[in-house]
Formats: sequence, structure tokens, C-alpha cells
Amino acid sequence: MVKIALVSCGTEYSGVQKEIEKAALTFGAEIILPEIDLDYIEEACTKFGFSAQSSSLKLMIARAMSIVEGKSKADAVFIATCFRCAEGALVRNAVRKFIQDNTRIPVVTYSFTERTKADELFIRMEALATTVTRRSILAREKQEGLTLGIDSGSTTTKVVAMENNKVIGTGWTETKDIMESVFIGVDEAFADTEYTLDDVDGIGTTGYGRINIGKQLNAELIQEELSVNAKGAVYLAGHQKGEATVLDIGGMDNKVITVNDGIPDNFTMGGICAGASGRFLDMTSRRLDVTIDQLGPLALQGNYRNALLNSYCIVFGIQDLVTTLAAGGSKADAAAAACHSVAEQVYEQQLQEIDLREPLIQVGGTSLISGLVEAVSEMLGGINVIVPEYSQHIGAVGAALLVSGMGHRQDK
Amino acid sequence: MVEIAIYPPNSLILADLIERKGHTPLALQKQIRQKIKDPEIDSPPMNITEDDPIKGLKYAAIEVPSGVRGRMSIIGPLIDAAEAAIIVDGAPFGFGCIGCARTNELSTFLLRDKNIPTLEVTYPTNRDETFEMVNQINDFLDSLDELVKSDGDFKDGVPEEEKENLEVVEKELKED
Repeated sequence: MVKIALVSCGTEYSGVQKEIEKAALTFGAEIILPEIDLDYIEEACTKFGFSAQSSSLKLMIARAMSIVEGKSKADAVFIATCFRCAEGALVRNAVRKFIQDNTRIPVVTYSFTERTKADELFIRMEALATTVTRRSILAREKQEGLTLGIDSGSTTTKVVAMENNKVIGTGWTETKDIMESVFIGVDEAFADTEYTLDDVDGIGTTGYGRINIGKQLNAELIQEELSVNAKGAVYLAGHQKGEATVLDIGGMDNKVITVNDGIPDNFTMGGICAGASGRFLDMTSRRLDVTIDQLGPLALQGNYRNALLNSYCIVFGIQDLVTTLAAGGSKADAAAAACHSVAEQVYEQQLQEIDLREPLIQVGGTSLISGLVEAVSEMLGGINVIVPEYSQHIGAVGAALLVSGMGHRQDK
Repeated sequence: MVEIAIYPPNSLILADLIERKGHTPLALQKQIRQKIKDPEIDSPPMNITEDDPIKGLKYAAIEVPSGVRGRMSIIGPLIDAAEAAIIVDGAPFGFGCIGCARTNELSTFLLRDKNIPTLEVTYPTNRDETFEMVNQINDFLDSLDELVKSDGDFKDGVPEEEKENLEVVEKELKED
């Protein structure tokens, strides 16, 4: 069983201890607490150099130190502190970096509230368990043979065929009937090749429908999108070593993933407000009577400051844009304002929760909206934002890459 | 017999000193014991559930981290019930500890704000200071029955009226 060390400032006082243990158990892991002597706490804090006021944070530092010094054995580390605690957030990030700099143990961080439930932690625990049990797979930097990656998202299904480290075909269709959508995507991906589904060495699935599709196609890899997207992003961006942040502003939810050597170590996922999603940009493009492809270049020609956009709400936001246009404002300014609004919300609601690391790799369908990419970069003070080729197929590319070497269908 | 809140709220030494003088320490352990004995709750290790940080909203607003509110859901009722308080500042973990600096700040503030007889001492660093602290605590405990009966404002463990008289005398002495 994978042993995940819990390094926290007191999850038991927030009533979430049981949820954390339940989430770990679901993915074949158990939560352990590194045992340390009382005297060791001050010694560890002095070595670490952070003068925390809260004694539980001192304990947290000491537990991290005991893992780094080999006094406690753990396969992975889950670092958690209370949401909205400034001191907790500082220590959480310092401890995370300390463990990563000094060990090869995978780490995931989280800030919890009393509402945190096991299912919110599933994807993190699955990712942690994966990085322990499947480290060799995540270490893969090159695709070999003929593999197929399928990303069954909430809005669209993406399929990518790869051969000898190159994308040879892509498919993209709206997700309706799960399997029908997959087969449409597969046909598209193989359209310009001589291959069929029977020719592939292995299939990898990810996204919401991954388990169902994986079972039906006997996929060699069924993997959550956290590991897969992170891997796909750094692979396509040519940034497999070192740190990076992956940003995926989706149609329904947004993901921000931080990675270290291609392995995800933290992420946030938002999706409460549609005003901060690709859906808002989709509605804006319809209102401006341009295609979604034209929205980005149009936004680059405008100035968001010239358009009235006082609301983050998708309904009132569109109303504001209508008011701007009615008052004689330009479409370009309205497009720029819409992109700026989404970027601002993602920044305020998600990017601030995470220890942002450069470069930022923007992926997903919305990464093709150049005005949005520009707005994100501007919002972050001109940070380097990379949009790799095939960024809209990121999950499928990641799945095709990771399944490489696992599938031996043709040998049979 | 007086019900006395202590800080740190789980200090066994403070609880013991109070019990020896016939008073009742409002110690955290009793609250936790009640929770873990409840057969209807299964949220180990302390049976604190999602509902507890919500109960803690009585003492801290929603923007305060859940860990503080969860702790306050246990400590808060002890402060509410307190007729007197003993606060030891600067104590090491072994003396007692609730783990969270923000909870510490809020707990001690609520105790000070309660206008009850309160003794504040600093954790001793040597043998003499230790004797002095224990003596101070014992004197305070001995005087509590009388102090609680008096109806005035309290400052540093004595009624505000007496404190003010003391300050006048000190001032006059300095002037002389």
C-alpha cells in the first residue's frame, strides 16, 4: 500500500481528517503521520529557518524535515493547511519546495475548508498514488510506436494518434453519446493515415468518460487528467525538465497545474462561475457575430479599457457588452474586454491560490483565442506564456504519450 | 468553587493546580472526551465534523480559517462558562498547546474581554521564576471565591476599583 505522509497544521480541527483518509484509501493508499520527538521540533524549525508562530506549523515543518532527513518513511506527501490562513499558506509553499528540492518524493498541496469532501481530493490522491506506482510511466519523455490518446471531456471529445514521437492525426467532436463521440474522433484522427483502430499498439484514456471508454476499448492506460494534461503540456512545450505552470481555461471548468520535471505537484480547479470560463467567450463571439476563431485576433485590436464591463457574471457581463455596443463602442474593444474579464477572474479566483511558476503553458481550446492568452500574460505582469502546437488536444496527446511502451497489441 | 478557564486550554499542570485548590478547571480534554465518547459520530481522531467549524462561527467570522473556527467550537464554550481565568504566556509545547497562533490570540482576547478575574503570568525560565509563578497562581486561586463574589470590573486578577487605588498609591509614592 502506498504510504502518503500527511503534513498539515491540524486537519482534525476542521473535521476533514476522515475525508482525507477516505480519499487516500479509494486509490490504494494510506495516510500516515510522521512521528517525531518533541525536542526535534525546535531543532527542525531552526534548520528550516521559518519562524512560525503557530506550533502546529512548527510541527508541520518538523514532519517535513523528518521526511527529508530520512527519519520518517513515506512514498508521497500531502501538504494541507487551512484556506485563508496567511501563515499556513507561507509555510505550505515553503515546505512543499523544501521537500521537492531535497527528495524525489511526490508532493501535492491543498488548502481546505470544513466543506472539503473526499471526492474533491480524489483527483489529487489518484495523482499522488500514480506518481508513486507509475513513476516510470510519468518519466516517459518520448512517444514510441503507434498509440491513440482519447480525452473525453465534458464538452468535447478529443482523439490524437501518435506515431514515433509525432502527432499523425487529430479528431475533435462535441461530446454527445460517449462512445459514438469517441468513434467519430477516431475516424477523424485516422482520416489522413492508412491506420485503423486495430493497428494501434496501445490506447490511453482520460477525462470525465475515461473509465467507461477505457473499459470498452480495453485501454492500457486509464488516467485522471491532472497527470495526463500536465505531461502533455510539458511534452508539447518542450519543457519536460524544471518547473512550469499549466493553465487550461475550459468550457466548463478551469485547471491550473504546477509541475516539477513533468510531474504535477499542485493544482486548483474552478468552475463555479461561467463568467470565468470559455463559455463566456463563446457567448461573446456569438453576440459580436464573429466565430470563436475570430474573437482572439479581434480582441488584440481592441482596448478593454474602452468597454464597460462591471460584472463578472456571465448574464450581466453580456448585458454590459450590449450596453457598450449600443453606446457606439467597437466590437474590438468589447472582445478585448471579454478576454480581459475572463483572465482577471481566473487570476483572482485561481492563479492567486497557487505558487505560480514560469513558464506558463496555456492549453485547451481557449488557448487558441490569442486575445485571451495576451490578457493572461498582461494580468500576470507580462509573464512568458507558451501556447504549444496541438494545445487544444493536450489531454489526448498526454494519454497517447503515456500509454506508449505499455501497449503491445501488435505483438499478440 | 469557581470554574476557571485556562490558557493553554489543555495544560495538565494548570488543571492540576486548580483542582488541588478545590476549583474546576475548564480544560479542553473534558470537551474532547465528550466528543470521542459520542457513539453517533465517527470522524476520528477527535470526532470533529464539518458542523463544528460552523458552530465556531459564534466566535469567529466566516473569513476566518476553518481550523480556527473548529478549535473555537471547543474552546469557545469553555470561555463562555468561565468565571475566572489563568493565562500563561510563552509556554512551550509540553506545557500545553492548541497549535494555532490565531486561535491563541482570539482565545486570550475573549478571556481578557470577559471582565472576569484573570491572572496573567509569563512561563518561567528558571527555578525561582517557577516557584514565583506557582505561588502567584495559588494566591489567585485562594482569593477567587471572594473575587468572584465582588461585582466590579477586573484587571490583572483584581477588581478594577482596587487596581485604581493601587495605581493612585503608586503614583503618590513616585511623586514623593
